[in-house]
Formats: sequence, structure tokens, C-alpha cells
Amino acid sequence: MIGVHQLTKSFGKFKALDSISLQLSKGQTVCLLGPNGSGKTTLIKSILGLVIPEAGTITIDSQAVKKDWQYRSGIGYMPQIGRYPDNMTIEQVIDMIKELRPEHTVYDEELFHGFGLDKLKGKTMRSLSGGTRQKVSACLTFLFSPGVYILDEPTAGLDPVASELLKEKIGRERTAGKLILVTSHVLSDLEGIASHIVYLQDGKLVFYKSVEELQVATGELRLNKVIAQVMKEGLRA
Amino acid sequence: MKTIIKYVLLDLFRNKVIMVYTLILAILAISVLNLDDNASKGLLSLLNVTLLFVPIITILFSTIYFFNSIEFIELLLSQPIKRSKVVLAEYYGVALPLAAAYGIGIGVPLLLLAPSTAAVTLLITGILLTLIFSSLALLIFVKSKDKTKGIGVAIITVLFFTLLFDGMLLAFIYSFSDYPIDSAVVGIIAFNPVDLARVLMLLQLDVAVLMGYSGALFKKFLGSATGSVFSIACLLFWVVVPLLLSVRIFNKKDL
Repeated sequence: MIGVHQLTKSFGKFKALDSISLQLSKGQTVCLLGPNGSGKTTLIKSILGLVIPEAGTITIDSQAVKKDWQYRSGIGYMPQIGRYPDNMTIEQVIDMIKELRPEHTVYDEELFHGFGLDKLKGKTMRSLSGGTRQKVSACLTFLFSPGVYILDEPTAGLDPVASELLKEKIGRERTAGKLILVTSHVLSDLEGIASHIVYLQDGKLVFYKSVEELQVATGELRLNKVIAQVMKEGLRA
Repeated sequence: MKTIIKYVLLDLFRNKVIMVYTLILAILAISVLNLDDNASKGLLSLLNVTLLFVPIITILFSTIYFFNSIEFIELLLSQPIKRSKVVLAEYYGVALPLAAAYGIGIGVPLLLLAPSTAAVTLLITGILLTLIFSSLALLIFVKSKDKTKGIGVAIITVLFFTLLFDGMLLAFIYSFSDYPIDSAVVGIIAFNPVDLARVLMLLQLDVAVLMGYSGALFKKFLGSATGSVFSIACLLFWVVVPLLLSVRIFNKKDL
């Protein structure tokens, strides 16, 4: 579904991505892990076309993504920090995104109602807390039922109830055969969601394995123990 | 693109800074026009207000607004929309309310209290300056990496055009006063939108000769009609060139 081939990107002297190659397919929930500054966000942004790579190609459904922008209609992106124009209301933000994608007429508003945003829809974005803004971002991501989800730290800032709701939603979308690419530092949040782990360090791909493989290799069951073990022993791909 | 402009406008027309800006301009316009029976004097004062306030407020407000919208722009770019459309929509979304603020704040009192061709010219000048400095703000936004640097560059840019440029022009005229540099000076003025705006207005008011070297030169070399057309053309150039440059740079920018 998403193919990344020899992707390289540097910011000045700093190499954010160093010839990364990955093949992600439908039905996978791929979890991007790595320390701060390991290139996770850069990789996500390259796939979205927000960062323009120097070398390498990205293909989506075996179509190379370069100047083409239409491919993004198949992607739902939830950014790490969602900031919106101060005086816009929740309803206006959602209406705007709907108007920007006129090809969709059926909306998935499960999270909109689930998070209780329908009761807050007249509030301006400025008056919202960080967590509520994050809820708005989540709603927008799932609104069009895209085939690919890219979630950058989705549960950061959400309260436990909302976080649980979002995780359930991600689980359902996964069962529906969508490709989900998620980054998070809260490993327990990924428990039971992740099917594959991609581990990046200093812009290099350390390994790309399924969770089962890793469980067998480390002899641990819980995801955070698995990862801790891997990081300690420096397991290589 | 229309959708984005519509919603950015919805946001900005409720912005308090824009409201206060409109109000201050309106108070200034009404008080200045009521001070004297001579409308021409009032227009001159308003011209000075315009040349002083419009560039700095426009460029600072636009730069800050663009930098505050970075995350929003990212969100828009993750939707199936062309990059150039997003950046142009942001520009129109900021430039239009600022121009409207000027149009309402200065324009309404002016056309009610002292309607004349010169008044219309002042209005056009102010609106063009707004469009130019928000266009420059966009260029600063796409070129700089962080907000603090961007705002710094914006302040330097506006100081350069309102103060430094004239000083350098004077130094140039002074040091080459033995040579026939008159037409060169006219050419140099085209590189400063604030001077262009001043000249455009002064040609209308027939006080060109009283208002410094540049006005006198324009009057002498270009005559009223040609001078006005020339300066309007240059001003439009100042809107379009930074805008096109910004779109080009933005298309390759990493966010």
C-alpha cells in the first residue's frame, strides 16, 4: 500500500532520514518507534508531502508520489499539535474540511459524537483546551474513512476516556482492513493495537518486524517489555 | 481555494486587532479632517499617517498571523489541495481584511467629509500599500525558519523602506550632486513602495514641489498623468513579484 524506497532527507548537516526503505500493506497497524529526533515525524511528513525528500521515492498503491497531490484524499492525518485559527468555531473547522473534500458525501462522525463535540460545536478554537483541540484533530482524521491513517502521537493530551475511545476506533478501523501508521511514546497505548513495529534511530531503520516475531525473539509478552528488551540488547534487523 | 479564503476571512473579521486597527484609523481620519477647513491639508496629514502606520501594522500583523497558522497550514496541506492554492488563500485571507480595515477606517470618513479625486487616490494608495506589505510578509514567512527571526526581518524590512531608504537616497544625491543623476533618482524611487505611494499622492495634490526632491523630480520628468500610471504600475509590481516568489519558494518548503 505504502512503499518507501531509499528515502533520504537532511536538514543542513543533520541527516533526519538515511535511505529508509519500507513496505507497508493493508490491514497492518504499523507503529513507528524511536527516540526523540530519530526521524519519525520527518518520515510521516515525507509520506504526506509536507517535507520534500532529497532522494528516494514514495509510492502509494504502487503510484509514485511526487508533484501529485490528489493521493492525499486517501489519507487521514492526525498531527502531533493541532492549532486552528483562533476565532473559528469547531463546527466551522469541520465544515471547512468537508467543503475541501467535496468528493465525499458520507461522513464518519462517530468520534464527533463520541467525544461530545456536538455539544461544544459553537465554541471558538481559542477557548478550547489542548486536549479538546486534539479531539477535533481526531474527528477530522476519521471523518472521511480513508484507506490510510497516519497518526502522530494520537493519545497525547487526551483524557483516559477519550484515549480509550480513540483506541477502540483505531481497532475497528484496523479490522476493517485499513493501514494505520502510528507514532507514540506511550507504549501501553499501543498494546493490542500494533501489529508491526518500525524502529528508527538517528534516521536509520533499525528493524521492521511483526509484534509476534519480537515477542518470540525476546520471550516477553507485554509490548513495553519487548521494546525495552530490544533496546537493551540492540536487536538488529 | 475559495473555501479556505472564506474561512480565513470568517476568522479574521472577528479578530480584535483588525477591529481596533479600523477604529484607530477612523478616529484619526475624522479628527484630522475636522481640524481644518482645507481638505488638502487634511489629506496630507492622512497621507503621512498612511505612510507611517499602514506598512508597519500590515507587515507585523501578517507575519505574526502567518507564523501562528503554521499548524493550520500543515493540516490544510495534508488534505488533497495544491500547495500554491493554500498559500495564496492564506495571503488573500489576511490581505483582504487589512485592506477592508483601511477602506472602512480611512475611506468612509474621507468620502463623507472630503470627497475628491485626491481622496480616492489616497484610498487606492493605502490599499495598495496594504497589499504590498502583506505580500512582503508572506515572502518573509516562507523564507524564515522561526517566528522570532521572521518578525525581526519584518521590522527591518519596514524600517528600511520607511526610513533607511530615504537616507540612502539623500546620501546618493548628495555625493553625486555634480552629475546629472535626476533620471537615475526617479528609477531608484521605483525600488521603494513607500516612496512610490508618496509620489502618487503628491502628484494628485499639486504640492509635489513642496514635498521634497522625489516629488519634484516626478513632476518634472513624468508629468501628472504618466507619473501616476508609472507609480501605480510599479506598486502593482511590488504586490505581484513577492507573491509569486513566495508561491515558488513555498512549493519547495519543508514544513
